Amino acid sequence: MALSKSYPNRLGILGWLLGGRWGLERYMYALHRVTGLGILFYFILHILVTSTRALGAEWWDGAMARVSHPIFKFGEFLVFAAFIIHGLNGIRLIAIELGWAVGRAEEPVYPYRSSLNVQRPLLIAVMIVAAVFLALGGWDFLQVTH
Amino acid sequence: MRETKYWTWHLAAGVLVLFLLGLHMAIMHLDSLLGVWVLNPSGGEAIAWANVLARSRMVAMIVVYIALLGAALYHGFYGLRTIVFELAIGPALQRVVTVGLWAAGLGLFVLGTVAAIAAGRL
Repeated sequence: MALSKSYPNRLGILGWLLGGRWGLERYMYALHRVTGLGILFYFILHILVTSTRALGAEWWDGAMARVSHPIFKFGEFLVFAAFIIHGLNGIRLIAIELGWAVGRAEEPVYPYRSSLNVQRPLLIAVMIVAAVFLALGGWDFLQVTH
Repeated sequence: MRETKYWTWHLAAGVLVLFLLGLHMAIMHLDSLLGVWVLNPSGGEAIAWANVLARSRMVAMIVVYIALLGAALYHGFYGLRTIVFELAIGPALQRVVTVGLWAAGLGLFVLGTVAAIAAGRL
């Protein structure tokens, strides 16, 4: 007898957040993608805007004047924050991908330890380092000259 | 195997971007903490024209700009491609996406490289 399903098996992009009750690492996966897309969007505009420097001071000052509103400064802080989170989490992902941070294989003796016993502290450490950088960057953004 | 190669380049580019963008972010956004004297010789804001011009003329910075531009474009567009492919699009559409992203990436790379070299001659 065929099993019937009342919902589609694929969630697509919705699965980033609505996949069910996942661990913290699953939400970092979603955050990694959101920050990555955000940085990419900014980066494309950034190339177009900063290329105006090749046309001289007037063009540059004009371009900078157009993006001087506080909302852009806040946007820049979001990009800074996205870079910190994406970069530090990226180090974690590479360390896991290459097998450096998944722990040694060991005999399954009760109570069992999962690879999460190794990975979760790494994630916490990454978040703490990210928080320090965000505080430093936030302080800089709040300076009067910025 | 080809996808494995692209993925490995994605990781390598990510590490390079981490260093170079870290430098870029430190110059632009941690200058009030670090000073970054050599790279902001006129003092004041990092985006002030005098500082921008001084950095644009440094050969080392031109090299950094172009390396960061290339590595970040590859890393970013490969990441976007991965996300799009996960939507389970067909092979024909995959091809269109790959070619489209290559075209956009190369276009932006040429623009940024020409700008970096031209700005170095100002």
